[in-house]
Amino acid sequence: MSSTIAFIIIGVSVLFILGIKFLSSPKTARIGNLVAAAGMFIALCVLLKTDGTSVWSHGWSFNYTLIVIGTIIGLIIGAIGAYSVKMTSMPQMVALFNGLGGGAAALVASLEFIKDAKAPVIAGMEIPVAHQSTAFIAGSMLFATLIGSLSFSGSIIAYLKLEGKFEKPMTFPGQNILNGLILLVILGLCGFLTFNATNGNATTAFIVMFCLALFFGVAMVMPIGGADMPVVISLLNSFTGLAVAADGFAINNLAMVVAGTLVGSSGTLLTLLMCKAMNRPVTNVLFGAFGSSGAAQAGAAGVVGTVKPIQADEVALLLAYAQRVVVVPGYGMAVAQAQHSVRELTEELGKRGVEVQFAIHPVAGRMPGHMNVLLAEANVPYDQLIEMEQINPSMDRVDVCLVIGANDVVNPAAREDKSSPIYGMPIIDADHCKTCIVMKRSMAAGFAGIENHLFYKDNTRMLFGDAKASLNARVAAVKAS
Amino acid sequence: MDTNVLFIFILAIFVGIEVISKVPSMLHTPLMSGTNAIHGIILFGGILVLADASTPLAQALGFVAVIFGSANVFGGFMVTDLMLQMFKKKK
Repeated sequence: MSSTIAFIIIGVSVLFILGIKFLSSPKTARIGNLVAAAGMFIALCVLLKTDGTSVWSHGWSFNYTLIVIGTIIGLIIGAIGAYSVKMTSMPQMVALFNGLGGGAAALVASLEFIKDAKAPVIAGMEIPVAHQSTAFIAGSMLFATLIGSLSFSGSIIAYLKLEGKFEKPMTFPGQNILNGLILLVILGLCGFLTFNATNGNATTAFIVMFCLALFFGVAMVMPIGGADMPVVISLLNSFTGLAVAADGFAINNLAMVVAGTLVGSSGTLLTLLMCKAMNRPVTNVLFGAFGSSGAAQAGAAGVVGTVKPIQADEVALLLAYAQRVVVVPGYGMAVAQAQHSVRELTEELGKRGVEVQFAIHPVAGRMPGHMNVLLAEANVPYDQLIEMEQINPSMDRVDVCLVIGANDVVNPAAREDKSSPIYGMPIIDADHCKTCIVMKRSMAAGFAGIENHLFYKDNTRMLFGDAKASLNARVAAVKAS
Repeated sequence: MDTNVLFIFILAIFVGIEVISKVPSMLHTPLMSGTNAIHGIILFGGILVLADASTPLAQALGFVAVIFGSANVFGGFMVTDLMLQMFKKKK
């Protein structure tokens, strides 16, 4: 690598780091994304082959035509996906793109591996040095194949689960043991191949390993419930990053090593942050098969009091004469497409001098931060969105708290009921405000299948019905009052 | 094996952790989507193996890898941008 190109690659790495850094503040996030994209483009221009020559300096061949066609097809698929996706389906889209990346990483590694495995056969006794894998290189190719293919199949399952196909965890006795055995076989094959990459049976063993890894991705994600898919996607995202980094080792591309590793480590941290927000260890998410172990019944005991319904015009009066209103939005709001009505209502209240804020639980929506995206789409300014930790201390000074389509994240059982499966999960203290109004379609339990103690509190009123319809009624009522 | 690469790898792990340690949870979704786009750099890997492919099988698999990688990188950056352009401050 010439020193000019080395400097450019250093610059590209800095762009990636700055891109991720900028993504961590709402003011600079959009620029951050563009900075990372710019880094990607520069790195493409100086792309080097394993032998150190530029990939663009060779003569044109059929393979280059394929590269251009393939890139354009991918660009079209990506653009259609990106521009047609509804904001509520964002987690699915990320899962899908991640799966494609994982698949690509696995294919790249396998092609390199098979090429190296075949090299001695083609060249007879004279093994070209460039093709003779050291155990380290073979190991990183195998790692990339394993992680990439399980990320591919796992992401597809995660996508299907978020789309509502076999959303329930699929479990059977001895599942963890069986999965463990499969993993053991895979690792055994990898171990064998690492040191026998040029063995006559290497290709067969490799194909078996590849198929098992694909199957393992499915087996790993199937027992996990739809509610935990964001954690799975985040984990698979970091897996793909690591697979890309390993590919970078194998084909000696520094930009890939840096980009892949950054994604791998930041993705791992993000996964842990998400689990922390749900107050569950990551092992519990992956192997716990939450929600299938009779959790639905637990927590129902100990609920005292009755449910008190309220009418829309009463709500309007309460809101119009309140000083401070906090809205706690949940995924149910987005499903009912009610976010625009919510924004209208809050604007109307704002005009009357009511202080309106949104309290965002870290896991509101289907992915951490998903709710912010959904509200941003409805033109809610982001400085009205307050994170849970910031708003909780002042919840007792709130006049009206409006819970729209949220359930588990406002369930006081998480604080009070030691037997509840969500005990210990941080929640928004909606029950601390003066009046709490919960909008709900019915009394059905939330995503985690747990009875909500909030509904039975003395200061809680229930407004039943479709969120959008009752919100529109309330906008009208507030305007009239 | 060039140990420098390993050196860079280890440092990048810590940079990756450090750089997102203060991300507010409101940006977790765009961040996940943005980092997802960054690992689309695997497109380069696809280009490199396809450029050197010598058998029809290798060409076919390399072609698929390029399509996948390209969809990952372009789709990822586009969808992240779409999401982020909606984040606005109060007028």
